[in-house]
Amino acid sequence: MNISYMYSLIAVIVLFLLAYVGAMLPGGEVFFGIIIPYLALIIFILGFINRIIDWARSPVPFRIPTTCGQEKSLPWIKPNSIDNPTTTGGVIIRMFLEVVFFRSLFRNTKMALKEGDKLSYEWEKWLWLFSLAFHWTFFVVLFRHLRFFTEPVPALVEVVAKLDGFLQIGLPELRISGVVLLGALIFLFLRRIYIPQMRFISLASDYFPLFLIIGIAFTGILMRYFTKVDIVGVKEFTMSLATFKPHITQGIGSIFYVHLFFVSVLLAYFPFSKLMHLGGIFMSPTRNMVNNNRFKRHINPWNYPVEVHTYEQYEDEFREKMVGVGLPVVKPLAAKTPEEAKEPEEKE
Amino acid sequence: MKELPNPDEFLSKIDHKPSPTGWMDTPVEIRRGIACHAAKPDRLEYVGFPNPRDWSCFDEDWQLPENWQEILHKGFKERLDRFRSVKIFMDICVRCGACADKCHFFIGSGDPKNMPVVRAELLRSVYRNDFTTAGKILGLFGKKAKKAYGARELTLDVLKEWWYYFFQCTECRRCSVFCPYGIDTAEITIFGRELLNLIGLNIDWVAAPVAFCYRTGNHLGIQPHAYKDMMDFFTDEIEEVCGIRVKPHFMKKKADILFITPSGDVFADPGTFTCMGYMMLFHFLQEKYGLEITWSTYASEGGNFGFFTSHEMMKRLNAKMYAEAKRLGVKWILGGECGHMWRVVHQYMDTMNGPADFLEEPVNPITGTKFENARSTKMVHICEFVADLIKHGKLDLDPSRNDHLKVTFHDSCNPARGMGLLEEPRYVIKNVCNHFYEMPANTIREQTFCCGSGAGLNAGENMELRMQGALPRLNAVKYVHEKHGVNMLSCVCAIDRAAFPTALEYWLPEVDNCGVHELVANALILPGEKKRTVDLRNEPLPGMEDEDDE
Repeated sequence: MNISYMYSLIAVIVLFLLAYVGAMLPGGEVFFGIIIPYLALIIFILGFINRIIDWARSPVPFRIPTTCGQEKSLPWIKPNSIDNPTTTGGVIIRMFLEVVFFRSLFRNTKMALKEGDKLSYEWEKWLWLFSLAFHWTFFVVLFRHLRFFTEPVPALVEVVAKLDGFLQIGLPELRISGVVLLGALIFLFLRRIYIPQMRFISLASDYFPLFLIIGIAFTGILMRYFTKVDIVGVKEFTMSLATFKPHITQGIGSIFYVHLFFVSVLLAYFPFSKLMHLGGIFMSPTRNMVNNNRFKRHINPWNYPVEVHTYEQYEDEFREKMVGVGLPVVKPLAAKTPEEAKEPEEKE
Repeated sequence: MKELPNPDEFLSKIDHKPSPTGWMDTPVEIRRGIACHAAKPDRLEYVGFPNPRDWSCFDEDWQLPENWQEILHKGFKERLDRFRSVKIFMDICVRCGACADKCHFFIGSGDPKNMPVVRAELLRSVYRNDFTTAGKILGLFGKKAKKAYGARELTLDVLKEWWYYFFQCTECRRCSVFCPYGIDTAEITIFGRELLNLIGLNIDWVAAPVAFCYRTGNHLGIQPHAYKDMMDFFTDEIEEVCGIRVKPHFMKKKADILFITPSGDVFADPGTFTCMGYMMLFHFLQEKYGLEITWSTYASEGGNFGFFTSHEMMKRLNAKMYAEAKRLGVKWILGGECGHMWRVVHQYMDTMNGPADFLEEPVNPITGTKFENARSTKMVHICEFVADLIKHGKLDLDPSRNDHLKVTFHDSCNPARGMGLLEEPRYVIKNVCNHFYEMPANTIREQTFCCGSGAGLNAGENMELRMQGALPRLNAVKYVHEKHGVNMLSCVCAIDRAAFPTALEYWLPEVDNCGVHELVANALILPGEKKRTVDLRNEPLPGMEDEDDE
């Protein structure tokens, strides 16, 4: 039995019950609807900033990009200015492709030992595809939710929502992003369970956010398509949060508070977890640095002098042998006196 | 040394399925054939490293300082404050598993802790326990809660696991190419090894070269007279092959260029043929264009095993390059074929020991080409230099003298992923050989596989590990051997040339290994040379000897 995901699943179920039941108790709506969300948002913002500052406090002593293409060297050899960037522009493109299209993951291959002695590396697109699907749809869903926090709703939000529902199935019409989001999450979960190596490396903290976001998507879908939550009431409430004049709208239902609670937990959990890859990727020295190493000197702020073995020390030890084979020396042999041979080690 | 099973048996034993228990519940078992000998005390003493003593990883007691946990904790913290890379890499991994099957050691061994993600988790688990708020809070709820979070205390078993697995990584960076956040296991391993060095946990195959290099100027501990003797021997060999007596310069003041290359090529076949290649090339350039290139026995090491111990030791050893260039008053430095040497030269040297304002911005005096890309560091790769010479038609070449070879090229890890030297060696090879074949795309250039013996793991006692590590590379060579009849694996790295002969003998005995400049020298027509009937290895050149008989 895999305790890592059981722990996480239980945790998410407990959170569900907490909010579901809690919201029905007296004062529960205020607690789960107003206090927790504001608190979570504060933790998220402060925690995120704190983590970024903490990272930024440590310097980058050496310029260590991972080069994934031809360097810029001789004028007639075409450099790969994106995967081995020598300009800030190149780095920006590299980072853009990395952040927006997961370029490194796109390269992913799957190794197999075939016919007993042939190693093969096939292009493995599924992890890339589903990760991209997950992140993009999550972003679209998030963006669509702006309609709950703005009045009037910006045109772009409306357009995205319209595009998202272009299939025009059902009523309210089916939003593709929500379904793809849930599907991608389930794929990401299943690969952790079914691929033995993935199961081996997965921690509870890998399953927890998956379950949590599955919970968010699930409760969202539930409200939109099944329990048909009172949208007008929800909007009234969310606008009150957005305008910092919070007040509870009656009759929204417990599932909504579960949804909101899950989001709050995700926000508060974010800065203390691996989800910080959102900020970290921008600061990863192997990706965000320019490979101009040999033409522009990089400064290490903590560079300090070290003890070295000087040429003089070297020659003092080997002078006789050097002269013996005709290697040039600085001090001729005759000049060597016993005192010099015992000369204290120089330090630089 | 433990006997290795035959290759078929070796392959049949590889199982990539890990145990169903999580990695933290799978205890470490230090195995013969995988682990390296511990560093002998005199090596550490010579460079002033802590805790020198006689010990072995198979001992129960590793004779650690009493407060080793405290030392490591402090060392960890200091380094987190010094390296943003590791600090971020500790926090952001999502364990997506993209790196898992990219590691040559995992592919060749199936040991799940050789998945790069787990290698990093070995450190991360302690980081979470010691340096994160969540780890500290969860710690209050006991070990189980901690474990669910992936945190654990630094116990002796954890330390042994660190040691075992940080010396099963060659810092090749292949995983970092595939990581969506660029998490670089080389950084993790460098960090881990630096910590281990704080309490005297080194391996002899790293510590000995470090001590040697500090004293004699090179990893092999070759003293200056012996170095000169070796070069004299090569001079005789070259004379036998082409009837020309080359005259290499040693520590010649005011020479145009200082040449630094790994000492391995002075010492062992097939690197020696590459070394002879350099000597012939420099002779050609001096005779034809009056270019003076000098060698130095003081700075007689391009490689830097300090890189495999600590940043400080790397700097201490590297300092010789600029110091010697300054002392001799050369214009710039030319670097030979080597892998990790070029990572150090390209990404670290100028920062550590620069600015090299006493040198000139490198210009090829023969072609007039400015090496703009080296204008600050002032060190040029010999493949860049020779590619430039060939492009301008400055070398007299007869590639047919390599016609007995069907050549493929192995990108060494560091020049590929820590620099981007991909086309230059290929251009050189294609101009000196008529038969060149690439290995499959997923195994070359930035996706190249390590030789399996880098980062100080080229010892004898860990042969099983080395054969595991070499498998992916040589499996790709086997592919082109079977498809195109490739019989020569060329490379630009001295560790490769030390590692491949053994690995080829095991995995693919039909193929030989050489440096690019051995191929160059085979093709290079020296002024006034006699008709060549043998190559640098004294092997007859097919076709050329027949003419003599007629």
